[in-house]
Amino acid sequence: MAEVEETLKRIQAHKGVIGTIVVNAEGIPIRTTLDNSSTVQYAGLLHQLTMKAKSTVRDIDPQNDLTFLRIRSKKHEIMVAPDKEYLLIVIQNPCE
Amino acid sequence: MPGKELHKRKQSIIGQFPRGSKSIIRRRDDEGGIELGEGADEWTQAKTLIKPPDQLDLTDAELKEEITRILTANNPHAPQNIVRYSFKERAYKQMSVVEQLAVHFTLCGNLIFRDSDEGRRQSLRQSTMSAVVPVTTSFVVEDLEEDVELKEDTSQATLMPAAPEEQEEQEQEPEQEQPRPRLIQERKLTNQFNFSERASQTYNNPIRDRACQMEPPPRATFSANANQWEIYDDYVEELQKLEKSKEKEKQKAPVSKKQDKTRGRKLTSLESQSDDITKVAKAAKIVERMVNQNTFDDVAQDFKYFEDTSDDYRDNLGTLLPLWKFQYDKAKRLAVTALCWNPKYKDLFIVGHGSYDFVKQSRGMLLLYTLKNPSFPEYIFNSESGIMCADVHVDHPYLIVVGFYDGNVAIYNLKKPASSQPGYKSSAKHGKHTDPVWQVKWQKDDMDNNLNFFSVSSDGRIVSWTLVKNELVHTDVIKLLVEGTTVEGPEGLQLQTIGCGTSFDFHKKIDYLFLVGTEEGKIYKCSKSYSSQFLDIFDAHHMAVDAVNWNPFHSKVFISCSSDWTVKIWDHTIKTPMFIYDLNSAVGDVAWAPYSSTVFAAVTTDGKAHVFDLSVNKYEAICIQAVVAKKKNKLTHIQFNPIYPIVIIGDERGHVICLKLSPNLRKMPKEKKGQEVQKGPEVEIAKLDKLLNLVREPAAKTSK
Repeated sequence: MAEVEETLKRIQAHKGVIGTIVVNAEGIPIRTTLDNSSTVQYAGLLHQLTMKAKSTVRDIDPQNDLTFLRIRSKKHEIMVAPDKEYLLIVIQNPCE
Repeated sequence: MPGKELHKRKQSIIGQFPRGSKSIIRRRDDEGGIELGEGADEWTQAKTLIKPPDQLDLTDAELKEEITRILTANNPHAPQNIVRYSFKERAYKQMSVVEQLAVHFTLCGNLIFRDSDEGRRQSLRQSTMSAVVPVTTSFVVEDLEEDVELKEDTSQATLMPAAPEEQEEQEQEPEQEQPRPRLIQERKLTNQFNFSERASQTYNNPIRDRACQMEPPPRATFSANANQWEIYDDYVEELQKLEKSKEKEKQKAPVSKKQDKTRGRKLTSLESQSDDITKVAKAAKIVERMVNQNTFDDVAQDFKYFEDTSDDYRDNLGTLLPLWKFQYDKAKRLAVTALCWNPKYKDLFIVGHGSYDFVKQSRGMLLLYTLKNPSFPEYIFNSESGIMCADVHVDHPYLIVVGFYDGNVAIYNLKKPASSQPGYKSSAKHGKHTDPVWQVKWQKDDMDNNLNFFSVSSDGRIVSWTLVKNELVHTDVIKLLVEGTTVEGPEGLQLQTIGCGTSFDFHKKIDYLFLVGTEEGKIYKCSKSYSSQFLDIFDAHHMAVDAVNWNPFHSKVFISCSSDWTVKIWDHTIKTPMFIYDLNSAVGDVAWAPYSSTVFAAVTTDGKAHVFDLSVNKYEAICIQAVVAKKKNKLTHIQFNPIYPIVIIGDERGHVICLKLSPNLRKMPKEKKGQEVQKGPEVEIAKLDKLLNLVREPAAKTSK
């Protein structure tokens, strides 16, 4: 338990990391370091996107599965790690 | 028809005086009572008091008695407790407003004002009527009287048929002079008064609406997709269920079932108790690595793709490109005392922390880093005593054996990292070393498939440890006795000086053969089977042998390094070294490269790394590079990665630096046209042999 907490803390403390969000299966954020509105926005949108991506991967090959999703944008890199029940979203500014 | 008109007129008269036949009778006495005005006068005149016959006779006193009565606006008989149902409030409510009006007598007036339209019309009509039939009126009235009598007759005679009456009238007809009015009488009949209509209504049951509402049944919208993979998942689940049920059928023992059940319950309860966040552990780990990859993107690119092009112009000299630097806050003051790559996961390596300083001994630490996350160790183990050496089992890459400064050895199991304590540890009772353990090495499993490893310590013992049923069993393999140093003590006691082992290495192919380096600078060639005798003794160095290593390709060659500033390459069949290199500083560690038989690297206490390739240059290093910035910082250990062209170097401040070997440092024999490039251990052996022969020949010549 504490180990995960520490890992999350380290991620948040890492250089360039803007925020971390943990989202549950329904797309509801259960833990965040961002402000409320952007958390809700990120959680809702990325949950949908991840589900879609997962569905795409699995449609191509049902034995396959999505393990990681990274979106490189002009400003940030959004990393989504889907787990069985949760999504871990980390937004990083890699150019910092 | 005149008859009809007459009938009408009679009706109107009756309508005007509905009250009683008396007045009609009276009117008949006088003129006929057609004029209404006279009739009204008659009302006012007749005002004489008429005493009723049964009136009480009162005395004067009684009459004069005053009876006070107060008139009030309220009706004393009005009920005060009327309760009505109020539909608005759905309750019975008392009515506050009660009708206070009491009606004692009502009389509908039927006087018409003479000058009014209706009065004129009526008077006109009456005047014309009287003019036409002046006589009939009286006659009619007479008739009326007869009618009344008749009516009585008929009512008493219980509905005498009208026929005889008619007959009677017909009989009277000839007597009458004027038949017309008679006809009229016949027509209207007496039924106008006799007729009675009776209606009754049966009790109608009031219509009632009765309705009730139940709670609406729960509703839910359900939607689902049927993708290919969802169908697949369901099938997999079904298959698993089937398998489980099969297994259950097999295990029909009731006791075991019960246990299973309880276990299941425990598991579920544990699952529900555990915090949600723990489930993100894996994802968090991945993300941490990704975040690191982003920040160390350039380093990762260098690691994978960068080849120093300047090597082409450097004439066989090479460089080391620093990549990541690994450090952990809690291990800052602890020297790197052990380095070891994991044989299975090529990006994972072990770092043992302790201290080489005799005075500054403190705690130790075992850290496992991965190249994927240079900012934080993957595993952390703390120990009370400083760690001096470590080794990973080849077949069980999760088992790490370590030797401590206090003489203990221990095995850490990465599969159970929950406790920071080692899985197995030696103790003073069970033959621990009395001096620091300088090196440990896993061995092949013994005959009973028990895990076993060797350790060497400065107490002169080489001990084989076997893990039997969760217990470490020790056997002393050999004691390092220094020959010819037996001193006769007082009272005939024989004291023997014991050599202090500092390093050892087992032969890659010959199972029993191993070398031991000692603090005195000697290297012993020993066999596991002879515990009392050495196969050979090399007077290798003047100071402690820090490392001794067999060549990974050539089975005869080994290398040794010492604090006497030298690195020596030996053929174990020859007592003198093949090559000697002076590095101008105490050599901490030396390691053969895994990719070439002729390449080795050494680190010195002045902070430099030396890389040699004998096939390129037999006399000098092809790369000498300062690795640490500070001059005081000493380098302690070096290890080549088994597959990647990188080395890790540990220093005394607890840092581990990863460096990439430039192309010149891992040069392979050049490809010749028309020739296949030869690879493999044979080629490597031949390459080294060729070099060794150069050295051997003159040596042989001189000896001859």
